Amino acid sequence: MSNSASHPAPSLGHSLRVTRRVLGALLVREMLTRYGRHNIGFLWLFVEPMIFTLGVTALWTATKTIHGSDLPIVAFALTGYSSVLLWRNMPGRCIGALWANLSLLYHRNIKVLDIYLARLLLEFGGATISFATLSVLFIVIGILDPPQDIIQVATGWLLLAWFGVSVAILLGALSHESELVEKLWHPFSYLLFPLSGAAFMVAALPPFAQEIVLYIPTVHGVEYVREGWFGARARAVYDLSFLISVNLVLSVAGLIAVRWVSRRVVPE
Amino acid sequence: MIRVRDLHKSYRTRFGTNHVLKGIGFDLAMGERLGILGRNGAGKSTMVRLISGAERPTSGSIESDLSISWPLAFGGAFQVQLTGIDNIRFISRIYEQDFEENLAFVEQFAELGPYLREPVRTYSSGMRARLAFAISMIIEFDCFLIDEISAVGDARFHDRCNFELFEKRADRAMIIISHDAAYVRDHCNRWAILHDGDLKHYDDFELAYAEFKELIGWKPPPGWNELQVSTA
Repeated sequence: MSNSASHPAPSLGHSLRVTRRVLGALLVREMLTRYGRHNIGFLWLFVEPMIFTLGVTALWTATKTIHGSDLPIVAFALTGYSSVLLWRNMPGRCIGALWANLSLLYHRNIKVLDIYLARLLLEFGGATISFATLSVLFIVIGILDPPQDIIQVATGWLLLAWFGVSVAILLGALSHESELVEKLWHPFSYLLFPLSGAAFMVAALPPFAQEIVLYIPTVHGVEYVREGWFGARARAVYDLSFLISVNLVLSVAGLIAVRWVSRRVVPE
Repeated sequence: MIRVRDLHKSYRTRFGTNHVLKGIGFDLAMGERLGILGRNGAGKSTMVRLISGAERPTSGSIESDLSISWPLAFGGAFQVQLTGIDNIRFISRIYEQDFEENLAFVEQFAELGPYLREPVRTYSSGMRARLAFAISMIIEFDCFLIDEISAVGDARFHDRCNFELFEKRADRAMIIISHDAAYVRDHCNRWAILHDGDLKHYDDFELAYAEFKELIGWKPPPGWNELQVSTA
């Protein structure tokens, strides 16, 4: 069986140009529909995660949350909670995204993956700007020391983002076929938060607990970010090859799911 | 030329698999306007969605070296939270078109005045139809898919649409779906009936229409012969 709606095969360069144009248009559209032009408009993109992170930082500082290491609480909360926002909001934005944008598929340049990618780019931008702005702010007012290895922080951050993106694409595509995904993701993501590595250092846990939490991919990313920030003082425990392997598997699964959904999707 | 070959489409439903299209095929060249007749649920809109590329066939192929429009006057093509202008900007970006030029055309054609700067959700259905049609006209497709355009808008709007489509773009290929038989008769030069998942072609409208009336079980009401129905 052939399944083609073929046109003269476009070159890769042309396809990339089209994709870039489509993503640009979708980004602007997404920003306008999500934030509008009222009050501070698209600044909410990173003001909202900043408020979250500030709140959690304040809360953890006030309660002197025991995180099992001698790292300063502000720095601990900033690196931890920012990374949670990074990977946790992405699936939230992609689940159900296709239902909300079905009519876009009438434009043949727009593919299912573009709809997810536009939202993910926006989410990544928001979380990253929020993290960077708060870091600079805390450093300037003197409650946070600058990172020891900014490249390592950025690498860890990107690995966590990759994890978020691949989970988001996979769940986004699956959610189009089953409502269960949306129902289960909420409690799951909520429960994953305390286990994600944001609220503890692995080295501070008893050995049996360490073994268990090291099965959670995000733990490795957060530990890596913290080592980049604090150096050896963080006593980080991680295995990047594990995180990267998980990311690769999830990415492939996500792309297969998108392909599967693209074949079945019925525009309204 | 558009070449549709052995096109199948089935949907899985709670009551089993529903075969909507069971192997339809045709060629459509520039200048040809194919009118599709079919009862409700026959699969006309499904067929148009497949040809527009919005949906994939279960099997079969659609090959085309023409650029094909989205279904015309289709209001869903824009985002109702956004203003008319934002929608024009979006479409212009997607299709790599000049925004200012497009804006000028839509302003002149859709006659929405200051409402172009308001969210589309505040528009009446007639206003939406005008915007949707005007936006559809800013991109010069080779083939236009027209799904029930005569159902919306007033007479003035119809006249302007007909002028844009059938006079200015008489050289294009078109696929037209309508329950308004006179509309299909007047604007097409080929006809087909979609029934039971099969597409049957006719070169003569009266033949197609007679067959179609038979299919839908249409019976002339008493006194029909004395009436001269205007179908202009």
